[in-house]
Amino acid sequence: MYKKTNKFVENKRLKLSNSQLKWETIFRRILIAMSILLVVIILGVLATLIVESMPSIKSLGIGFLWGKVWDPVSNIYGAYPFLVGTLLTSFIALIISVPFSYAIAIYLGEYNPKGWLSDLLKNAIELIAAVPSIIYGFWGLFVLVPIIRTFEMKIGVAPYGIGVLTSSLILAVMIIPYAASLGITLIRMVPSPLKEAAYGLGATRFEVIRSVIMPYTRSGLFAGVLLSLGRALGETMAVTMLIGNTSAVADSIKNAIFGPGNTMASVIANEFTEADHTEYLSALIELGLVLFFVTVIINLIGKRIITRFTND
Amino acid sequence: MELNIGLRNTKSAIFKGIIVFFAFLITVPLIVVLGYIIKQGIFQVNWHFLTSVPAPVGETGGGIINALVGSFIMVMVAAVVAIPVGMAAGIYLSENPRSKLAYYSGLCVDILQGVPSIVVGIVVYFWIVKPLGTFSALSGSAALAIMMLPIVIRSTEQTLKMLPDSLKEAALSLGVPYHRVILKVIVPCGFAGILSGIMLSIARVIGETAPLLFTAFGNPYLSYSLTKPMESLPHLIFTYATSPYDDWHNLAWGASFILLMFVLVLNIFTKVLTRKWKVQL
Amino acid sequence: MESTIVKAENYNSYFGDNHVVKDVNISINKNEVIAVMGPSGCGKTTFLRGINRMHELIPNATSKGKILLDGENVYDMNAIYVRSKIGMVFQRPNPFPNLSIYENVVAGYLLNGIKISKADKDVIVEKSLTSAALWKEVKDSLHKKGTFLSGGQQQRLCIARAIAMQPELILFDEPTSALDPISTSSVEALFHELKANYTLIIVTHNMQQAARVSDRTAFFYMGELVEFDDTKQMFTNPADQRTQNYITGRFS
Repeated sequence: MYKKTNKFVENKRLKLSNSQLKWETIFRRILIAMSILLVVIILGVLATLIVESMPSIKSLGIGFLWGKVWDPVSNIYGAYPFLVGTLLTSFIALIISVPFSYAIAIYLGEYNPKGWLSDLLKNAIELIAAVPSIIYGFWGLFVLVPIIRTFEMKIGVAPYGIGVLTSSLILAVMIIPYAASLGITLIRMVPSPLKEAAYGLGATRFEVIRSVIMPYTRSGLFAGVLLSLGRALGETMAVTMLIGNTSAVADSIKNAIFGPGNTMASVIANEFTEADHTEYLSALIELGLVLFFVTVIINLIGKRIITRFTND
Repeated sequence: MELNIGLRNTKSAIFKGIIVFFAFLITVPLIVVLGYIIKQGIFQVNWHFLTSVPAPVGETGGGIINALVGSFIMVMVAAVVAIPVGMAAGIYLSENPRSKLAYYSGLCVDILQGVPSIVVGIVVYFWIVKPLGTFSALSGSAALAIMMLPIVIRSTEQTLKMLPDSLKEAALSLGVPYHRVILKVIVPCGFAGILSGIMLSIARVIGETAPLLFTAFGNPYLSYSLTKPMESLPHLIFTYATSPYDDWHNLAWGASFILLMFVLVLNIFTKVLTRKWKVQL
Repeated sequence: MESTIVKAENYNSYFGDNHVVKDVNISINKNEVIAVMGPSGCGKTTFLRGINRMHELIPNATSKGKILLDGENVYDMNAIYVRSKIGMVFQRPNPFPNLSIYENVVAGYLLNGIKISKADKDVIVEKSLTSAALWKEVKDSLHKKGTFLSGGQQQRLCIARAIAMQPELILFDEPTSALDPISTSSVEALFHELKANYTLIIVTHNMQQAARVSDRTAFFYMGELVEFDDTKQMFTNPADQRTQNYITGRFS
C-alpha cells in the first residue's frame, strides 16, 4: 500500500523539508535576536543612566559623591547622606541576617536535609522571599515602628520609631533567603567522603561542621552574603516607608543608627516625580547610576565566586 | 583534638541547639507578618471591595477594582512580551553555551538580575514615559517585563540543559527541523521547569512597586487604557498605607491581603504543577 | 540483483582541526547488513553520522567528500530531507518521554507536521511495531508513555519509529551497548528480519555481534577504512595485519 504512494509522499516530503529549512533559519535568527536584545537592554540601561545624569556629572564632578548637603531648594546636591544611609542600613541588615542564613544553611544542608520538617522550613524561607517588599514596609510601619518607638524611649534616644534601625531590621528578614538557599545547596555539595573521613577519626558533628564543611564552603557562603548585600542595597519600597526620608547627615552615631535617614533608592523613589528642574532630576539619576554600578559589581563578584565554586 | 569526649559531645549538642534555634527563629517574623496582614485584611474583603473604585477621603467604603484590573492588565502585557523573549533567549543560551553571544547575553542576564527595580523604573521613564509625555500602563508593563526576563531566561536555560542530548538527536534523525525539535520535543519535555519559572516571575512582579512609581504611576479611577496612568495593587497599597486616613489604611490592608493571597496561590500552584507535569525521563 | 544504495567517495570528517574520518571509499548494496567495527575513537560512529548528516550538528564539526544515496550526494540535498529518508537508532534507547508508544512510532510524521489520517496512522503503527517485533507486547498499551517499557522494548520502539518513516537505509549506532544480553539477542534477531526490506549499517565495538549479524564488515582503524569484505572472509582470513591484530584481540 505504501509503495504505490511512495513517489507522491516523497515529493510532498521534499517540498515540506524545503520550506522547513527556511523556517529553521528564521527560528535560529529569532533566538539570536532575542539574545542580542538582552545585551541591547543592558547597554541601553547603562547609556540612559549615563546620558541622563550627564548634566549633574558635568556640573558637580566627582565631588558629588562626598558632598554632605542635599538641598534641592538651594540647588545643592551631595550624595554623601545617601551613601552613608545605604551602607549603614545594608550592613546592619547583613550583620543581623548572617547568623540566620548560616544557621538555616547548616540546618537544612547538614543536620536535616530531608523530611517534612525540612520541607516546611524550606517553604517558609521561599515564602519570606516571595512576600512583596511593599507588604513588609506596610507591616513595619504599623507594627514594628511602635515597638521600636517604645524601645527607643526605654533606652533614652529620640523616639522616632522610623529610621535606619527599623529599616535594617525589616531588610534583614527580607534578605535572609538569598544567602540561606544558596548556602543549603552548597553545604549539600560537600563530598561525603570528606565528612566520613573526619567522622572516622572520631570527630563530633560540630567538629566536622567547623573543620570540614565550613572551610570547604567558605567562599560559596560568602558569595551568598554578597547576593544578600546586593538585594539590600537596591531594596526600595520597604526602606522608603520606614527610613524617615531625611537627607541631613546625622550629628552622632547614635542618631545615625536610631534616627531617620535616606538611602539612594529611597531618595529616588521619593523625589523623582517631584524633581522639577534638570539638575535636580539628573542628580537623582546619577544616584541611580551609582546604585546600578555598585549592585551590579557586587552581584557579578558573587556569581563569579559561585560559578568557580560549583565548577571545582 | 581534645580527648575529653563528654565535653566535646556537649559542645556539639550545644552547637546544634544554637543552629536549630536560629534556623527556626526565622519563621517567627514570617508568621507574625502573614498573621497580621490576614487579620487586618480579611475582613475588608467583600464583594463591594472587589468591585468598586476607592472612595474619596471622608466617604466610607470603596474598593480596589482599579488596582485589581490594573495589576492584571499590566502583568499580562508584561508576560506576553517577556515569556516569548525570555524563552527564546533561554533556548539560545542552553543550545549554544559556548558561543560568544551566549557569554555576553548570559552576563547581561546576571546583571539584569541584580539591577535594583527602582533603576528599571528610571530607565523606562526615559524610554517610554518621557517620549509619550504621560505616565502609562504600557510603560509599567515594560518595566515589569524587564524584571521578569532574567527569571524566565534562567529557568528555561537550566531546565533545557538538564534534558539529555539524545532526545534532540532522536528527533533530528527523523528529519524533524530544528525549530520543531525545540518547540515540539525539547520545550514540552521541560515544560514543568519552564512553567514554574514563568509563574515565579509573575509572582515576583505582581508585588513590584518601585518600577511602577515613575511609569504606570497610579490612578484612582478604573482605566483600561494602556496609554493612560494605571493603578496597581502594590502601588495602591503604597499610596494608601502612607496616607494619614484610617479608611484608606483599611483599604490598603485589604489590598495587601489580596496581593498576599495572589503571591501565595501562585507559589503553591507552581509547586503543585511542577510535581504534576514533571516528565519522566 | 545487487544495486548500490550508499556510496562514500573520498569522505572526510573533522572536529575542528581533528581529522577523524580519513578519505573513506565504500560502496554498500541494497538489503545488505553491514557491520562497522573498530576500536573506540576509530571514527566509525562519526562516519555513520556523516551518512545522514547528523555529524554536522555538532559545533565545529565539518566534512569533505561525497556520500551518495541512490546516486545523489546527500551534501547537495536538503539535510532535513536526508535525515527523514534515512533511519537512525542510537546507543541508548531514546523514545520521546512526552509521547505515548503510539505517538512515538509516528513521531516522524507528528513532529514534522505531516498530516496523515487516523486510519493510515493505525496501519503505520501496527506495521512498524510488527516489523520491530514489538506489536504483540505493546498492542494493549499503545497509549502509555514509551518510557515505561524495558530497555530492550524501548530500543525496538526506536527501531519501529525509524521504520515508520519508510526509509531504505537504517543506521544503528552501537544499538545494543546499553542493553542486557536478553534484550540484545531480541534486537539482533530483528536484524535478520529487517534485512528483507531494508539496508542496515550497524556500528558496533562488539566483534561477535559483527560476526553474528552482518553480511559484510568494515573495519575502521585510526579514522581509516582498513578493510571491507565478506564477514566470514574477514573473520577467518583478514587481508590486513591491523585487522588480524584487532580480531585476535591484540588491541581493542
